[in-house]
Amino acid sequence: MAEMNLLQAVNTALDAAMAADERVICLGEDVGGFGGVFRATSHLQEKYGRERCFNTPLTEQGIAGFAIGLAAQGKVPVAEIQFADYIFPAFDQIVNEAAKFRYRTGNQFDVAGLTIRAPYGGGIAGGLYHSQSPEAYFCHTPGLKVVVPSGPRQAKGLLTAAIRDPNPVLFFEPKRLYRAAVGEVPDEEYTLPLGEAELVREGEDITLLGWGAQMEYLLKAADLAAAEEGIACEVIDLRTLLPWDRDRVAASVRKTGRLLIAHEAPRTGGYAGEISASIQETCFLHLEAPIARVTGLDTPFPLANEKEYMTDQWKILDAIKASLNY
Amino acid sequence: MKHSKRSVHRPQFISGSELPIPTLEILRADGSLYEGAEEPELSRDLAVRIYRTMIFTRILDERMTSAQRQGRLSFYLTCAGEEAAVAGSVAAFDPGDMIMGQYREQAALRFRGFSARQFMTQLLSTRNDLGKGRQMPVHYGTRELNFMTISSPLATQIPQAAGYAYGQRLDAGKAGGGASHCTLCYYGDGAASEGDFHAGMNMAAVLKCPVVFFCRNNGYAISTPTAEQYAGDGIASRGVGYGMQTIRVDGNDLLAVYAASVAARRIAVESFEPVLIEAMSYRLGAHSTSDDPSGYRSREEEDRWREMDPIARMRLWLYARDWWSEGEEKAALESYRGEVLSELKAEEKEPKPPLAALVEDVYDTPPWHLREQIEALSEHVRRHAEHYPAGKGV
Repeated sequence: MAEMNLLQAVNTALDAAMAADERVICLGEDVGGFGGVFRATSHLQEKYGRERCFNTPLTEQGIAGFAIGLAAQGKVPVAEIQFADYIFPAFDQIVNEAAKFRYRTGNQFDVAGLTIRAPYGGGIAGGLYHSQSPEAYFCHTPGLKVVVPSGPRQAKGLLTAAIRDPNPVLFFEPKRLYRAAVGEVPDEEYTLPLGEAELVREGEDITLLGWGAQMEYLLKAADLAAAEEGIACEVIDLRTLLPWDRDRVAASVRKTGRLLIAHEAPRTGGYAGEISASIQETCFLHLEAPIARVTGLDTPFPLANEKEYMTDQWKILDAIKASLNY
Repeated sequence: MKHSKRSVHRPQFISGSELPIPTLEILRADGSLYEGAEEPELSRDLAVRIYRTMIFTRILDERMTSAQRQGRLSFYLTCAGEEAAVAGSVAAFDPGDMIMGQYREQAALRFRGFSARQFMTQLLSTRNDLGKGRQMPVHYGTRELNFMTISSPLATQIPQAAGYAYGQRLDAGKAGGGASHCTLCYYGDGAASEGDFHAGMNMAAVLKCPVVFFCRNNGYAISTPTAEQYAGDGIASRGVGYGMQTIRVDGNDLLAVYAASVAARRIAVESFEPVLIEAMSYRLGAHSTSDDPSGYRSREEEDRWREMDPIARMRLWLYARDWWSEGEEKAALESYRGEVLSELKAEEKEPKPPLAALVEDVYDTPPWHLREQIEALSEHVRRHAEHYPAGKGV
């Protein structure tokens, strides 16, 4: 075990993947000698050469398309989109090409090796274009897997699993936690299964569900709820958004009778809506209160008033109390 | 920083039309060679195979267009007028080279051995279709013949071809620089306006990918003529801008296309760099069975191009060399017409893919939500069989 931050965990996972399999290739803007603007690919070019870790021209659609071609040819590309806010030029390549590759070819060709990493989320004074959480757009796309780690241990295990998974995976990294989240990470290579949520804390009164950077706030809110009101929150880290672990969430909601879902992304069309609909279908008679959503507003991500805008522990705590008092 | 160093001391502009891009022409419309033209090395066997590919494709296109009019296919799209561009290029490549096409390259598939019956399985989306009946007609693909399955969105294959070729380069490096493969990427003059064109061409050049980009400049993107598509000197001028070795050829001249393609492939696999070929041709037919060209271009224009038909031109060349006879021509046409029609009829009797295949291949294995959804759908179709073809066993 070693103590490291989330960024180092990502770097460690990439390093181990490149060492274990020469088909693994890291590409993206500034990922070469510089090691990425966040330094997620630090030293990989030194270790594995310019052919396997390299800068691309500044073109997100090109990076995605190029990585799809590499994957179709049998390589295992890990492409970096510098900020999730800039993934949209690559939307067509991801949604129409990567996601549909296996299906439209009748399983003759696939992009099994493809992983696309992108830092996402707010809380870093990034304004409109360095703060977005675009996961819901991609969760609407059959053929993709969407994964979001919440800390260093999850980052290493999930990224390793994503690289090995025989489907295209979008891996959104909570950049606010890149250096802020520090924890023990096993030295050896390991995977955390995609599609499985993690029960972070057991409780009886309400289920709190989130992913990525929200987990820190959910746990803080759970502490406050316990201290202030003696409320026992069950906390679940969804980890994989598509396909998501409905059974784990439903089992928890059947026990607690209450569900709160938190995400930074705007409310309308956000992924909490899908989870809510699905849980009321499966747990209707167990629900003691409406499913609560704590989310971003339906606005572009702000710069001024960011603290007020963020879905933090105080907003979650309020929603927990409202649910318990319903 | 990489740019030319010549400086001037007062403003001087250059225009795209000042780029001296010549057009390679070897074969005249009457089947004779241009004076001073260098004929590519082309054996009789290969020449006849290319020619047979071209006439088979023309017949397939004619018959399938009729079949679509009769309601036997939902959609069709011909290669008519561009057979030399496609057959002449693919013939210069190794069967192990990957082809990533746009959608008008059925001649390349045929050249590699796709049978008439295989065309029918895709066009009719039967259970025998390699693509499992999932895509509209003409979206062929076969791993066995290294022909990447066609995707409707335009130009998406261009950056993918760059990436595919980069992978081929890495493999060649491992093999010690010996025999290696490259990628042949086709697209049209319209697709070259897409962002993916720029992304892919630039990445291929910067990252030294062994890919040959083959632009079929056929004059039209559905109804939009090239004059309304770009203002520069064709697509070739852009290759120069990307720092790519570039050539423009008469796309209706089989020998010019073949000669350029042989040289382009050599550059790609020997120097590990991309090459652009712009083949100037004309789409003799409609864009697809869904449009009527009389609404956007004149009969006179079409007739002018019909006189430059690439098939007639190659036939005259073959006749002049005594490599092909009128008797062989007649027999080949008859046999292809018969083959196409009999295979169409036979495949029409084949069933559609099973309902359960709906959720296969979305992922490597169907996750829980897809299993739930197909179970619910199958149950619904079973209970209301009279409303659904699958329920009636069709």
